[in-house]
Amino acid sequence: MANVGIVIVSHSPKIAEGAADMVRQMVGDSVNLAFTGGDPGGGLGTGVASIREAIDRAWSEAGVAILVDLGGAETNSEMAVEMLDAERRGRVVVCNAPIVEGAVMAATEASGGSSLETVRRTAEELSPP
Amino acid sequence: MKDQAMKHLTASEQVTDCAELINAVGLHARPSVKLTQLAKIFDCRVEIALSADGPWVDAKSPVKVMRVKAPRGAILHVRTSGEGARGAVDALMALVRGGFGEAMDEQADQSHG
Repeated sequence: MANVGIVIVSHSPKIAEGAADMVRQMVGDSVNLAFTGGDPGGGLGTGVASIREAIDRAWSEAGVAILVDLGGAETNSEMAVEMLDAERRGRVVVCNAPIVEGAVMAATEASGGSSLETVRRTAEELSPP
Repeated sequence: MKDQAMKHLTASEQVTDCAELINAVGLHARPSVKLTQLAKIFDCRVEIALSADGPWVDAKSPVKVMRVKAPRGAILHVRTSGEGARGAVDALMALVRGGFGEAMDEQADQSHG
């Protein structure tokens, strides 16, 4: 069975790339991983289209967990999920978790073959309600 | 060595063992991930603790293992139960005794986490 994929969405392309580096070096390459961040002009920002592309790159039949930083990263990720085919939409979640730690924890959980719901729960365990 | 002191097998197929953390950083970020990933390979219940009396933590939970934060020199206890309990303990002990495949020299390796 395929492992859940991970998408990292930050306003800063450097944070997105750095968080992805941490996942790769700490967890390994047994999970699909994609990251996106920044606007086309080189500034801070996030975009629905680039988030959709990142979801495609990280796609797994087991689903995809998205880790975001602030505000627009979350709302744009939710919009990107809404725009997916109905068949895929139910297999993508935006986690309510700190972006770096959440990505590493989610990927660690995913690397053991856990379900999307378990992966999300592990990431969200970092920030108790 | 204290390493061998806790090894025993009970009727309920519970196995425990312990070993000192010998790598420079102890059970910090990367070793925690490795330990969790290894524990998840096994179907049996796998728990860790810093004392034989507990508290015991689910070794398959990345977040719980990350919160243990044991320094170099601490004794890590492993307890498993169920199918394949012995194999799981042996595998985890090998990881700990091998220093998680990381540097053993504290001075040369302050950057690890």
